[in-house]
Amino acid sequence: MPVRRTAKLFIGGEFPRSESGRSYEVHAPDGRLLAWAARGSRKDLRDAVRAARTAQAEWGARTASNRGQILYRVAELMEGRRGQFEQELADAGAADPARGVSAAIDRWVWYAGWADKVHQVLGATNPVAGPYFNFTIPEPTGVVGIVAPQDQALLGLVSRLAPAVVSGNAAVVLASEKAPLPAVTLTEVLATSDVPGGVINVLTGFTGELVPWLAGHMDVNAIDITGVPEDMRADVEAQSAENVKRVVRGSDADVFSPAAQSPYQVTALMEFKTVWHPMGA
Amino acid sequence: MSQAAEIERRHPTPVRFTAKEAARLVARAAAVDAVGLEERAASLAKRSIKRDSKLWALDLAIRCMDLTTLEGSDTTGKIVAMCAKAVRPNPLDPSIPSVAAVCIYPHLVPVAVGQLKNTGVKVASVAGGFPSGLGPLDARLREVREVVELGADEIDIVLNRSLFLGGQYAQAFEELVAAREAAGETHLKVILETGELGSYDRMRQASVLAMAAGADFIKTSTGKITPAATLPSALCMMEAAREFFHETGRHVGVKVAGGIRQSKQAIQYLVLVYETLGPEWMTPDLFRIGASTLLNDVLMQIDKERTGRYQNPDYYTID
Amino acid sequence: MAKIEKQEREAPERREPVWDYATAPEATDIVRLEDRYGLFIGGEFVEPKSGKYFQTINPATEEVLAEVAEAGPEDVDLAVRAARHAHEKYWRALPGSERAKFIYRIARALQERAREFAVLETMDGGKPIKESRDVDLPLAAAHFFYYAGWADKLEYAFPNRRPHPLGVAGQVIPWNFPILMAAWKIAPALATGNTVVLKPAETTPLTALLLAQVIQEVELPPGVVNIVTGAGETGSLVVTHPDVNKVAFTGSTEVGKTIRRALAGTGKHLTLELGGKAANIVFDDATLDQAVEGVINGIFFNQGHVCCAGSRLLVQEPVFEPLLEKLKERLQTLRVGDPLDKNTDVGAINSRQQLERIEELVASGVQEGAEMYQPECNLPERGFWFRPTLFTNVSQSHRIAREEIFGPVLSILTFRTPAEAVEKANNTPYGLSAGIWTDKGSRILWMAQRMEAGVVWANTFNRFDPSSPFGGYKESGFGREGGLHGLEPYLDFDGGGD
Repeated sequence: MPVRRTAKLFIGGEFPRSESGRSYEVHAPDGRLLAWAARGSRKDLRDAVRAARTAQAEWGARTASNRGQILYRVAELMEGRRGQFEQELADAGAADPARGVSAAIDRWVWYAGWADKVHQVLGATNPVAGPYFNFTIPEPTGVVGIVAPQDQALLGLVSRLAPAVVSGNAAVVLASEKAPLPAVTLTEVLATSDVPGGVINVLTGFTGELVPWLAGHMDVNAIDITGVPEDMRADVEAQSAENVKRVVRGSDADVFSPAAQSPYQVTALMEFKTVWHPMGA
Repeated sequence: MSQAAEIERRHPTPVRFTAKEAARLVARAAAVDAVGLEERAASLAKRSIKRDSKLWALDLAIRCMDLTTLEGSDTTGKIVAMCAKAVRPNPLDPSIPSVAAVCIYPHLVPVAVGQLKNTGVKVASVAGGFPSGLGPLDARLREVREVVELGADEIDIVLNRSLFLGGQYAQAFEELVAAREAAGETHLKVILETGELGSYDRMRQASVLAMAAGADFIKTSTGKITPAATLPSALCMMEAAREFFHETGRHVGVKVAGGIRQSKQAIQYLVLVYETLGPEWMTPDLFRIGASTLLNDVLMQIDKERTGRYQNPDYYTID
Repeated sequence: MAKIEKQEREAPERREPVWDYATAPEATDIVRLEDRYGLFIGGEFVEPKSGKYFQTINPATEEVLAEVAEAGPEDVDLAVRAARHAHEKYWRALPGSERAKFIYRIARALQERAREFAVLETMDGGKPIKESRDVDLPLAAAHFFYYAGWADKLEYAFPNRRPHPLGVAGQVIPWNFPILMAAWKIAPALATGNTVVLKPAETTPLTALLLAQVIQEVELPPGVVNIVTGAGETGSLVVTHPDVNKVAFTGSTEVGKTIRRALAGTGKHLTLELGGKAANIVFDDATLDQAVEGVINGIFFNQGHVCCAGSRLLVQEPVFEPLLEKLKERLQTLRVGDPLDKNTDVGAINSRQQLERIEELVASGVQEGAEMYQPECNLPERGFWFRPTLFTNVSQSHRIAREEIFGPVLSILTFRTPAEAVEKANNTPYGLSAGIWTDKGSRILWMAQRMEAGVVWANTFNRFDPSSPFGGYKESGFGREGGLHGLEPYLDFDGGGD
């Protein structure tokens, strides 16, 4: 008899249950019970944001090359879990699980490679009209809240998460409500990788319940609303005005297509700092 | 000729800069590039010290050690035990030398003096409002004088960072000179508390100030805050001491203290001294390590080097 | 120029070391040397059609390490054909993301086998193990990592242009950073979709051959990278082969010019990374103790076998004496000796030939009236060695101030004003690098703006990174390696191709 798995939250590099003690049933499209997943609460969210904020300073201060290598290694570990990912995607009703996993790993690798290049493509030295050296450097914005798409439970998640963290941001992810298990497996990959605890935090639970708390949190710098139900989007944007959160959304292009990946997804979650310094003997 | 050297020339005995001269010395102390300094320290830390040269270093580390306890809970009993350890670190091994000194709070100086009579191990005491270095000046100076009367061989005082970081260099200098006078002929160390100073430039300036005031030693830290001693901050101070020696001809020693628990670190500091200040400084007269748990780690490393086996802390007395 | 006064303070006496660091030799058993190596062509090690072999030695001991094949015309032709075949049949059509994965594998393998490569590099070339371990290997792996990431992102590097590979790249590299130079050449070539024929230097072929083994292990398609060992003749065959589309050369200016002439009218793309005579400029407000480290590193790192070495120290007059005193004192703590000893700072000179060149130029310095200083240090009996050397009383017209010595020899000159420093620094046909030491930010930027040098280091020296473009002005060559700029030389744009 197999040992059944417990799907818990991933906060600060650890796997706590929800402080609320709640969980919910995850079903396959055909109604089969797949697992119980933690039902994250606003307090869990609060803890996750705190963990992200704490971890972000150090993650953002690492060299770009180091971040790139750490993220590349995550892909190596994902490769090792291919079978499990494929099974979970199949359970979630994916038409072609193998394709989905391969695409997710490739996309992760693609973004990892941008870590030490995005500055060269989208940073600049600016030829100002005066004896000043002027340069623009992109920097991570800080803590990013990500509402993962409900469908495409792995590739969709990777497409939002990788561009967020490659530049040095920390993330708090609300996993797909109906298909959270691939996200949970991803957290197990992250826990065994070199990504420091707190850089990526994942909450499973009810999207509708958690989104308002994320949208209103004053210590979150940006929010990715890709997975926010359409009827909630306007509210989220309005709420984000309180601390002027940056609001971003994934492209509408087919998630498998190259149009769904872009370095501009990375810089959308970065700030551009321009520095002046006189040039004089 | 440099300003510092000229000043030394005008005044025959070492310590006679005026406060204004000292303030100017501070203002003109060399700037320090942090990245370059840290790279140099890291590079020196990679020296591979093996076999005989390692045993030699470990032996010197003990001979340069100020075995320290500075806790509110220190009692006569604690000091008695530590003094025994200081004289004979390993009762089973007579080849192990005594440490250089014990470092304690003033009220326990008489106990230590009694225990260490005729052993060659010095009694060093903090004084002057350790560790903050604040409070009425006359009280701080009185503490220094009392400690001298109680028989301490060495005194560790702290720089007044409140004045120093506030830019009141002349006044900070005058306090140090007053402490120097209160200490009379007694060996005086000035603790800079590098972890509070904020930059290596400031550490260099503080070193210069303390040396100009007549310190026999400059010391990194009280051990009460982090960061305490670090290789780059020690290197910064050593470069300042080297410069001071070139300018004035006076040797000022360097003491590193706080957070040094492993032999490997002790050896790294010794490499720093050797390659920055030179062979002349490789003596307890000019280099000290303030530590407590380090001693047993050094004993274990000595035995590992001799026997080839990794050691077990249970075999070494705690005190 | 004013004559420098004799120093008042005597040079520090050689002290007997109170603390004798015991030898700390790195173990060499991790390296498995073959007696004889073939050429790496079409994914296999093959015997040279030329039938010829030559020896490679350890310059610290003069012992023979192995025999290495000497590629002749037929061999080079086979290599280029293999590269062309691999390009046409496989590599050109492979999606960038798949190319990336191969290159990542190479990066990883260099990390896994870093120690083995480092020890071998030191044995074959003479550089201290501390350097091959801490600088050469990490940078080489990083180069592969960096360029792997570009393989599937080229359209972002060149806005509005459609990049295509050039085809077959013929690459010739020098002996001063063998595995690192191989990485600098191979990584961008592969990332951009080209295939490679690489000729390592005659005195340092072994780490390239070990890299060939790695290339086999990562299952890079046969012929994508080919390695043909040999000397100058082999290099010439590679760069002039009619079916090579792109030539990349790092080496002496003299040979660079020869190649330039040989390629005239052929339509081959060319980049050259040649010699240098960099000025390391120290102002009187420099953070002096750190500047000393920078000057020392600038000229004694890798025994001065560095094209961008800071071989001319230009020091502002007010700080000349204190700086010189500190330099002389610092020279006393440099450890010259067995490159495999982890405490060695300065290793062996790469070859007898190079040693003779250094000796000749140093003799000219003395003869032309410069004043020489060397610390006392014991040098091993066998092997090729030169003590770290300072020259003062140097004028711009001295040979030691004009010609690249490529050894641990520093020529020291003085200046008064920033403008004069600029003038003197630029007064050379070379233009590879420059160093600026001052605590004043605006002066750094003002000077950097005026340096005729492809790389300017301020308050540091000899810093390299795969993302940072490297290359020269003037006779130090053209083209850049590293960074986004390092992709361009390997590409054709808008309807090009081979």
